Amino acid sequence: MIDLSCSIAGVHFKNPVVMASGTFGFGREYGSLYDINRLGGISGKGLTLHPKEGNHGIRVFETPSGMLNSVGLENPGVASFLREECEYWAGLKLARIANLGGNTLEEYVEGARLIEEDALRRRVSGNQAVDMIELNISCPNVRAGGMAYGIKTAVAREVVREIRQATTLPLMVKLSPNAEDIVQMAVMCEEEGADAVSLVNTFSAMKIDIYKRRSVFDNLYAGLSGPAIKPIALRMVHQVSKAVTLPVAGMGGIQSAEDIVEYIMAGAAVVQVGTHNFVHLRAGEQLVDGLQAFMEREGISSLDEIRGVV
Amino acid sequence: MAVVMVNVEVAPNIFRLKAAGSYTGRMGQFYMVRAWDKYPLLSRPLSIFNRDGGGIEFLYQLAGEGTKLLSALRPGDELQLEGPFGNGFPEVPAEEKVALVGGGIGAAPLFYALGEYSAADVYLGFSREAYLVQQFEAATTGNVIVDVGGIVLKQVDFNAYDTIIACGPEPMLQAVQRRKQESASAAKVYVSLENRMACGIGACLVCSVKCRDQRRKACADGPVFLAEEVVFE
Repeated sequence: MIDLSCSIAGVHFKNPVVMASGTFGFGREYGSLYDINRLGGISGKGLTLHPKEGNHGIRVFETPSGMLNSVGLENPGVASFLREECEYWAGLKLARIANLGGNTLEEYVEGARLIEEDALRRRVSGNQAVDMIELNISCPNVRAGGMAYGIKTAVAREVVREIRQATTLPLMVKLSPNAEDIVQMAVMCEEEGADAVSLVNTFSAMKIDIYKRRSVFDNLYAGLSGPAIKPIALRMVHQVSKAVTLPVAGMGGIQSAEDIVEYIMAGAAVVQVGTHNFVHLRAGEQLVDGLQAFMEREGISSLDEIRGVV
Repeated sequence: MAVVMVNVEVAPNIFRLKAAGSYTGRMGQFYMVRAWDKYPLLSRPLSIFNRDGGGIEFLYQLAGEGTKLLSALRPGDELQLEGPFGNGFPEVPAEEKVALVGGGIGAAPLFYALGEYSAADVYLGFSREAYLVQQFEAATTGNVIVDVGGIVLKQVDFNAYDTIIACGPEPMLQAVQRRKQESASAAKVYVSLENRMACGIGACLVCSVKCRDQRRKACADGPVFLAEEVVFE
């Protein structure tokens, strides 16, 4: 019997396939295409305290082996999420991760406080909807906040510390590959009491329209994701996994079960799948099936056998 | 997996592709289409050009890597279709007067709509060369008005119709919105947007549309919107 399960801070993942924030909505859309309860978990669309319109202009541009996005954290806000989506989440049987962003420290804290209040209320009634908070200090597509918090370790420390105090929920911190030192950033998260780190968010990148002589994006830069970033992201996951004892959620360019195995061998506890959800709408269940088949074929009975072997 | 039956160039850089199989889909809806494995990454949203028991047809313009790969498909080749997605065109009582206004490749979903709006007048605007005009003429009992190199919208009397549906490039749709306001027409005027998309099902927010009340998703809430709802940015 092959065991694909994993536990992070008491949160059970039936398998390591977690859908990455910003690529899976709150699950409903994909849930109409296949049984998303087969997944290990989902990280919901990045939330900010107040509703956010996102960026103007073109929001996506394809590159060789990748994609640039400039969505800019469009989201309905924390209160709307708690009101409109949590009942749906409460009915799901997978790890449910609320991704929280912010423009200011106060917004981050207030957002976390609202999620915490809702979680406590639901815990009493046995109707849990959020199992974990993923703190987004790494979105490159918003001018204020976002990645600004994710580059300097000293600045990020303040956010992680405040959020740690604001919630009893397990806390995962999503790191930016644009950080000045991603290993140092992960070590800081461990020191401040985070329960896990996830990496990497998109790489700050650019595309120029040479005929219009301007950036394709109104926001000038955009975030690069997809298979183009996998080798770099994998290296970062490997480095971070060696430097901290925290569980690591590895992501960047995963397209196949073999890619997942690479991340697990680099030390990841679970993985997150983002852009590939757009490439194949049923990517989630295909990856779960593919991983199961790989383990059977290779005679591997649990992920612990291969985790961090490199 | 669908199988290509026909893939022909009907005008310079304009291709008509038919895939065999039984597919569903209302007028104005679209499919996410891909005929490659990993690259380019994203599928292409193509509206339904026609559909019958034998297969489904798409009309597309060669514009980039994806459509270049599509254009190379031969009968017997395979392609992947996910859909149908989107809200589609509105149902309209048979006695209502309908105008369909297409700009370039935006004409594609209008052809399929003639199955429902069988007496609609069709206005087709092309920048260089007209295509498929005869097919449009054969599909409607109404008039087909064609303009090459000009602005076909000028020929549409907004007060002569109960419903007007336009599909084409954004400047044209903005002009449709302006005409609706200026003419004080009582017609219900719709625009079908051709926004860039990644997922096609409402999860990624790449195709987000600013509307008067809130932002909406071109793929899931649209692509068809009342013209006055949309705030063109």
